[in-house]
Amino acid sequence: MVLLGIAIIVAGFLLRFHPLLVILASAIVTGLAAGLDPLAILAAFGKAFNEARYVSIIWIVLPVVGLLEAHGLQERARGLIAKMRGATVGRFLTFYLILRQMLAAVGLTSVAGHPQTVRPLVAPIAEAAAETQAGQLREDEREKIKAWAAATDNVGLFFGEDIFLAIGSILLIKGLLEQYGIGLEPLQLSVWAIPTAIAALLIHGFRLWRLDKRLARIRAERAP
Amino acid sequence: MITLDWVYALAGAVFAAFALLGLADRGNPRRWTTAAFWALLATSMWAGDALGDLGNGVLVLGLVALGALGLGRGDGVVPPEVRQARADRFGNRLFAIALIIPVTALVGTFLFKAAPGWFDTKQATLIALALGVLIAMTAGCLWLRAGPLVPLQQGRRLMDCVGWAAILPQMLASLGAVFALAGVGDVVGSIVQQAIPQGSLLGAVIAYGLGMALFTMVMGNAFAAFPVMTAAIGIPLLIRTYHGDPAIVCAIGMLAGFCGTLLTPMAANFNLVPAALLELKDKHGVIKRQVGTAVPLLIVNIALIYWLAFP
Repeated sequence: MVLLGIAIIVAGFLLRFHPLLVILASAIVTGLAAGLDPLAILAAFGKAFNEARYVSIIWIVLPVVGLLEAHGLQERARGLIAKMRGATVGRFLTFYLILRQMLAAVGLTSVAGHPQTVRPLVAPIAEAAAETQAGQLREDEREKIKAWAAATDNVGLFFGEDIFLAIGSILLIKGLLEQYGIGLEPLQLSVWAIPTAIAALLIHGFRLWRLDKRLARIRAERAP
Repeated sequence: MITLDWVYALAGAVFAAFALLGLADRGNPRRWTTAAFWALLATSMWAGDALGDLGNGVLVLGLVALGALGLGRGDGVVPPEVRQARADRFGNRLFAIALIIPVTALVGTFLFKAAPGWFDTKQATLIALALGVLIAMTAGCLWLRAGPLVPLQQGRRLMDCVGWAAILPQMLASLGAVFALAGVGDVVGSIVQQAIPQGSLLGAVIAYGLGMALFTMVMGNAFAAFPVMTAAIGIPLLIRTYHGDPAIVCAIGMLAGFCGTLLTPMAANFNLVPAALLELKDKHGVIKRQVGTAVPLLIVNIALIYWLAFP
């Protein structure tokens, strides 16, 4: 019965109902199915919401991003890339991917991110590079380039952070194994994140290389 | 000592400014709900600890109601010609200011840890990030000769683009807490255990890796899936029955879960929020670009567990 909440989440997202309402409905149904009374569910949800406030702190960077954008940050990024020979989306995003993986691997996960670096710097530079490669891009193609920038940030973060000893997921693994009487040092766990980190770089890097090829083809097709 | 509470106070002030500026923004057809939404979030930042659990629950109900009524977007876009002219005028100064935040976060993380009496070292990066925002905002206003309201106005404009999606990550984290309270994980674990083919090591490894990815997709978070799948398959089958190396099974199993994170709208802060922040028309545009990396990488992870953990 408690799985009803999961069904509501999946159905709600698939049917594109308002996500905030879907989440709340799922929480209420799950709690009721588990025999909690409505007020206890609301209190549990409120407590967790308060404890998770740190997730929403990141929005304080928006005034800086907005100020810089109003003063031409994206235009400047475009101008700079247009002058650089050999700068391509694929090469630039691969460089960012490696940088993001390395920063995350030494525990600096919040140094970069979607509001901090992707919106003000990575996405506009990627867009500018794509335009120099392919010529004028359609709106949907431009959107895809921006989405590539965000996707690359995620891949770099996810498959770099576990190399760091003191990241949450490594500590979670250590704690869980201890409950079953298996004692491990964080280092013994985090070295095994390295093979996957390399595989992520190769797979995503290969896809970015193909993105460059695709943009070159667009240029050839649309050439007068 | 400077703790995360100081950062919450700053965040509350920023959201309060968004609310006040939004209220004055007549270009926004829904300025009342929009302003009320950011005001409630400011209240949560400022007074969350004083509200009590039920109080916070009521606050969430308010946020959801306002979000469901619909928030709007207002004015404030600077015309492209003006931005181009300013870009020519200010040049690389703009990059210098943009880099202040990441550089302060980087340097602060190390410096603060060297002065443990002054700062809550567990939260060093977030505190340094907030400091970086303050420095960058001040430097930006001085260097670009902008009034102090300009960054807040422009920040409000971007915040309106994100809209109610801004609290999705926090909402999903809270839903995870209710799931945990209701024992959803145990039920899923027992179902998974019944579904595994008996006597096949490869089958068990695939069930573990795939189960991690799928349950992460449902929960939006590999942290929620990991204890469930590891208790159901990882420990009893892979480690105890087949004598797999626990470090390899668990470390790579977690990363198989991360592949699931790339594929789900439930991981809102990584997948939906960036789409809103980059003003993409396709809400799932970021996920679509990630499928081609996540699926092959999941297969690689399953293969790595199979090869490395069972010599």
